[in-house]
This record gives sequence, C-alpha cells and structure tokens, in this order.
Amino acid sequence: MKITGAQALIKSLEHEGVEVIFGLPGGAILPVYDPLLDSTIRHVLVRHEQGAGHMAEGYALATGRPGVAMVTSGPGATNIVTAISNAHMDSTPIVIITGQVASAAIGTDAFQECDITGITMGITKHNFLVRDVQDIPRAVAAAFHIATTGRPGPVLVDLPKDLAQSMMEWWYPSTLEELDLPGYQPTVAAAPSLIEAAEALIRDSHRPVLYTGGGALKSEAWDELLAFAERTQIPVVTTLMARGVFPDSHPLNLGMPGMHGVYAAVTALQRADLLITLGARFDDRVTGKVSAFAPDAKVIHVDIDSAEHHKVRRADVAIRSDVRTVLRAWESDRVTPANLDDWWSQINEWRERYPLVYDPPTEEGPLRPQAVIEAIAQSSPEGTIVTSGVGQHQMWASQFWPFEEPRTWINSGGAGTMGFGVPAAIGAKAGRPDRTVWCIDGDGCFQMTAQELVTARAEGIPIKVAILNNAYLGMVRQWQEMFYEERYSEVYLSPDLPDYVKWAEAMGCVGLRATNLAEMRAAIDKANSIHDVPVVIDFRTDSSEKVFPMVAAGASNDDIMVHPLQRSAQ
Amino acid sequence: MNTPEPFLGDVAHSPVRHHILSVMVENKSGVLARVAGLFARRGFNIFSLAVAPAETSARFSRITIVVDAESAPLEQVVGQLSKLVNVVSISDLAPKDAIERELMLATIRTNVDDRTGLLDVVGSSGAAIVDVDSHSVTLMLAGTPAACDALERELDNYETLELHRTGRVALPRLGKRASA
Ligand SMILES: Cc1ncc(C[n+]2csc(CCOP(=O)(O)OP(=O)(O)O)c2C)c(N)n1
Ligand SMILES: [Mg+2]
Repeated sequence: MKITGAQALIKSLEHEGVEVIFGLPGGAILPVYDPLLDSTIRHVLVRHEQGAGHMAEGYALATGRPGVAMVTSGPGATNIVTAISNAHMDSTPIVIITGQVASAAIGTDAFQECDITGITMGITKHNFLVRDVQDIPRAVAAAFHIATTGRPGPVLVDLPKDLAQSMMEWWYPSTLEELDLPGYQPTVAAAPSLIEAAEALIRDSHRPVLYTGGGALKSEAWDELLAFAERTQIPVVTTLMARGVFPDSHPLNLGMPGMHGVYAAVTALQRADLLITLGARFDDRVTGKVSAFAPDAKVIHVDIDSAEHHKVRRADVAIRSDVRTVLRAWESDRVTPANLDDWWSQINEWRERYPLVYDPPTEEGPLRPQAVIEAIAQSSPEGTIVTSGVGQHQMWASQFWPFEEPRTWINSGGAGTMGFGVPAAIGAKAGRPDRTVWCIDGDGCFQMTAQELVTARAEGIPIKVAILNNAYLGMVRQWQEMFYEERYSEVYLSPDLPDYVKWAEAMGCVGLRATNLAEMRAAIDKANSIHDVPVVIDFRTDSSEKVFPMVAAGASNDDIMVHPLQRSAQ
Repeated sequence: MNTPEPFLGDVAHSPVRHHILSVMVENKSGVLARVAGLFARRGFNIFSLAVAPAETSARFSRITIVVDAESAPLEQVVGQLSKLVNVVSISDLAPKDAIERELMLATIRTNVDDRTGLLDVVGSSGAAIVDVDSHSVTLMLAGTPAACDALERELDNYETLELHRTGRVALPRLGKRASA
C-alpha cells in the first residue's frame, strides 16, 4: 500500500496505541496535520509548545503509558526544549515529533530551521533525524521502544517536510531486529550472586532503611514493596519522585527525605547502617553534603541504569535491575534483618518529637498554605491526582497531601521546572478523565503556563487549580530571608496583579478567591461541585510562611533545621 | 559534579592516568557528536580520539578514545557511554593490556646537502621519509606513543615546519581480549 510519509507517521502512532497527541502545527509539520483529521487519535491544541511537552509528561506519569507531543520546526521545537529536559531529568517516557525543513534545505539556515537533534542530544534518551521516508515507521517504533524500556526517557523524532510529503510503501516493524538498534540492550537479568550478596547485608543489618525512588514507580513495584516492607518491617522513605509508591498512611512509611524532608526520614537515612536503595539516585537534594550523608551505612543500590551505580555514592552491592525483579527475588524468608525493635523505638522517638507542623491558622486569614492543602485533600475523592509547580507550594504539597496510591503525585523533580503544574494536570486529566485532578500551584509558576487553561477549557479537560498566592517567588524569598539577611531581591510579585479570578474567567474557567478560612471552605466546596469546566482558586496565603524542616544547600543532613515551633524542644 | 575545563594535555608525561576505550559505534551521522558531547557535558577529559570504519562491516566504526582516568572514574565514563543508543560495545583497555600505536608526520626544514644528521635520526627511530623537496623533508613514524614522543624530542634540534600526530589507536594484546 502506497501512502504519504505523513500518513505513515500517523499510522505508526496509531500502531503504538497512541490515544492523544498534544501539539501545535506550523509550516514544517503541516503535512502531518492533514491525515490527523482522519485519525482516531485525539489532538489537544496547546497555546504554547512547552505546555504540549508537560502535558505529555503529565499523561505519561498519570497513566504509565508514553505521552506524545508534536510541534513544528524552529521556534516550535525550541519551545518544547524545557519540557524535554524536564522529562529527561525525571526519566519520563515521552515521544516528541518535530517537523523539520525539507531535507535539501537542511544546513542552509532555511526559514524556521534549527538543529533540534543537536540541541536535544544531551537532554533526550535518544533522537532521530529521519532521512528516508521508508524509515518513518522504524523511527517511530524505535522511539516508543527506547522511551519506554530500560530507564525511560524522552525520545525525539525530527521529520523533514519533504519526507512527510513523499510516497512510501507502508510497513511496520514487527520484531526488535527490524528496529535496527544494535547498541540498545535495556534489560539485563540481575546477577544472582549480587542478589545474594545484598541479602547477606540485609540479614546483618540492625538499622536498615528502604530508600525508595522514582524507579520503584517506573517498575510498578508497589505491591512487591509493600509485601517486602511488611514482611521485614524495614522502614520506608519515599523521595519526591516516589511519593505514592507506598501509602503515606502506612506505619512503616517515614515520608519524604531530603532538603525539606520529614525529620524522621532524613535522620533515619543519616543513622542507618544499611540503605536499600531502590531506583533512587542519591540526588543532592536528598543527600545534602554527600561526604556527610549516611556515614555509617552500607549501600545496596538497585538501579536499571548502571551508570547511576557509584556515581554519587559508592555502593557495597550494585545491582543492575528494575526494582520489581529484585524485590520478587527477595520474597523468601531468607531475607530478613535482625531484630529492629531498637531501631524502631529510636525512629518513633524522632517521629513523635518532630512531626510535620505549621502555625495554626487564624479564622480571618491570611491562610496557611499547609492548611489549604490539607483542606483540599480532605474533601477530595480517593485517587485524586495532584500536580504542582516548583517552589514552596510544591514542598508543602508533597509534605501535607496524603498520598495513598501510585501515580497520584506528579511533579517536576530533577529539573525543578516552574510552570509544570497546570499543563501536567491537563495531560494527567486527559489520560485519566475518571480522576479528579488538582494542580497545587504557586503564583509565580501559574504565570508561566496559565494560558494552557484556555486549552483545558476548549478541550473540555476540567482540572482544578489551587494557586497558593503568597505574592512572592516564595522559595527564593525564603532563601533570601534565611541566607541573605532578608535582602529581598526581585522576588515580589504582588497578590493582585494579575487579578487571578478575572484571568481565570477570561480563559473560560470558574475563578474563585479565598482570603480567610470560611472562604477557603466555601471555595473548595464550590470547586468540588464543578465538573465541566476548569476551576481556579486564588488562595491568599501568608507571604512569610517558610518550608520546614530544611537542610541548607551544601549542609550536612545532621544540621537539619526543624520548624520554629519545635526549636525549644530541640 | 563539577565540570572541569576540557583538557587536551600531553598523555606521555603522565603515563598512568590514561585509559583506552575502544568503542564500536553505529556508522551514522552525528554519532561522533554524541560521543564528544557526552564527554564535554559530563566533564570527562579526552587525551585523544581516533575514528575509522571498523573491520566487521560498513555499518560500524571504531572510536579509540584515550581518556583521562583522573577526570572521572572509568566505570562512570563507560556507564554513560554505553547508554548512548548508537554505541554497540566498549572494550576497556588498561595500557598494559593494549597494543597502542600512533602515526606521526613531520616536515623538517633541511637543505639537500645537509641531511646526514636527520637521516641518522630517521634510521635509528624507525621513521621513514615520505616526501622530499630541495629545502625540506617529510618523515613519518608509525610507532608507540613513546616512540613518537622520543622522535619529537630528537626533532627539537631541527626546524620543524609542521608536525601532526593522529592520536593513538589500540587493540587488546593477544590473550587479553575481553570486552565490556
Ligand atoms: C523556570 C524556572 N525559573 C526559575 C526557577 C527558580 N525558582 C525556584 S522556586 C521559585 C519561586 C516559585 O514561585 P511560586 O511559583 O510563586 O512558588 P512559591 O515558592 O511562592 O510557592 C523560583 C523562581 C525555577 N525553578 N524554574
Ligand atoms: Mg509564590
């Protein structure tokens, strides 16, 4: 069957089971948008290409299936670079299709030409510039294969316009050999000798911690993790990327470690004699000063990417494997640590002494951001998906939202991309229309990508956005307050410029505002009663509120600062 | 991790710090940029890099990279390199387990009637004369990097017009063949 390259691209995406593409057309990708009209694939027309990328990420993180974004060449392609980098840092499987100028024009500085494969070389898992129309199916199939296997990540396919317009004989790869990837071996069987060596370390340990990262979510290891933790009674910490992989309500869960982690989680890692590291990568936001991190701990490091082994912290046993496979191998009773009673009584003391706290809210406001998050959580149905931007609100959302299910927490971890929250929520809702999706956003972040609410309204994707409006780039303000002698430099935003309610309304959303506790409850109730259009709530929160606990950048985790309310007790 | 300045130093003066990676890659456009870009953005230093089509088939090329083993742990370099989709295999050669060779070309100013000294140098170093005119000769040495270094020092006594070295290529010593 002879079809055009453009048709072949759409057909290939259909073959991969794609149900939605987030994108925005332009000259170089124009030919592909024509056969899209005849496809079963839904297209969500974004208002800025960065949004398309984050939507694809949100979709992938909510569903576990790869997200797809499609944009034109030049500025369309460069606009999505931030999202590609974000997906790369967080190992999120997305496939990005970019239009490119015609093959003959490549290298001539043609209109809207840019070397997007060159630009994204360091921030994709792989990318392709298609050179032969007959290769389009292979490139698409390879892109999905690479994006979703091994350590997942973004893969970009750059398609010159002339190829989209030429004819090809339709085919689709049906075997891995046909993908022609001789250098790509994403999976390996975990070496039994290493699994046993790790078992011996577990048996000998008295103060073990399951240091659980995003890789545990990627390998869908939640059932195995729960079973292993319950059988061994080893305490669990869930990093920012792993929140939800283990229920927060579970007594074995100490919560999030790291710079703004729960005291007991941070300190349990510090005092541990064994870190059972599952798909986590010793990020500096978790370790603090690396040389002072968990000084007495032996390390088991399970990671599908062997380049993570010994990169930051030398492992005593490094196992190249996905997390689930190893946890299954550890199912037997052979793998049981010594008696952990002393360890648990120590941990429980930390927990009782330093739980997460905040100053009690006053009825008349300003609102406590933590209280707003708790109120939304309490009124939300089970399985509600939460996204966030980057800043204080993100840390509070991670700290105070009780995550009970995997894939309910979607945020920008490794890159820390402000503006991630709204488009990620739209992508998540597009993938999980059955779920309530809240974006807990900052006022600064909201202003970076808010226009995608137009997309949400136009496409009938009714997300809910809670702006924790502290009138500041709050996280930066916090650092300036604490480490720059309260010299505030370029962090003030104003609470009412823009007017978030009017802005929401102008975008076809319901806009609400809450300045005190009564208004907060009313606004949340109202938002919960709306199911057909997006809702934005402008919560006026206390500007001076800071995130605690905190480990200063570069400091040892031993020097964790607890909330002022707890300091006399320290 | 900090990113040191790219270092293109003289490997001969620090014999223990280098390691040789023989990297089989797919022969596709942009592959060299992927490899070079990886070294640059991860702060891994390269002493030399040589690329040529591999023996097995036209689909593959072999890149011989001499890496500064002090700029990053070798396992990090290998681990990151092997993640490049176009990298098919990596052999990591410790200098003692490798046969290393390098090619050097040098053009020396010398008059027709005054070449005996230079010819002695050529003879004793195992170099060959590959081009001649009335006031200069071009000589070639294919040898170990140390032999190239030694010849280069000898040539300090002459006026060198141009000198070019390829950087080393290497294969495992027979009996030491192992691949990573
Ligand atoms: C794109 C981008 N630019 C700058 C930063 C640096 N940064 C981190 S948090 C933050 C403040 C975010 O402000 P806001 O969205 O209001 O959140 P808040 O901290 O006030 O909750 C800034 C500027 C970033 N992470 N991302
Ligand atoms: Mg703010």
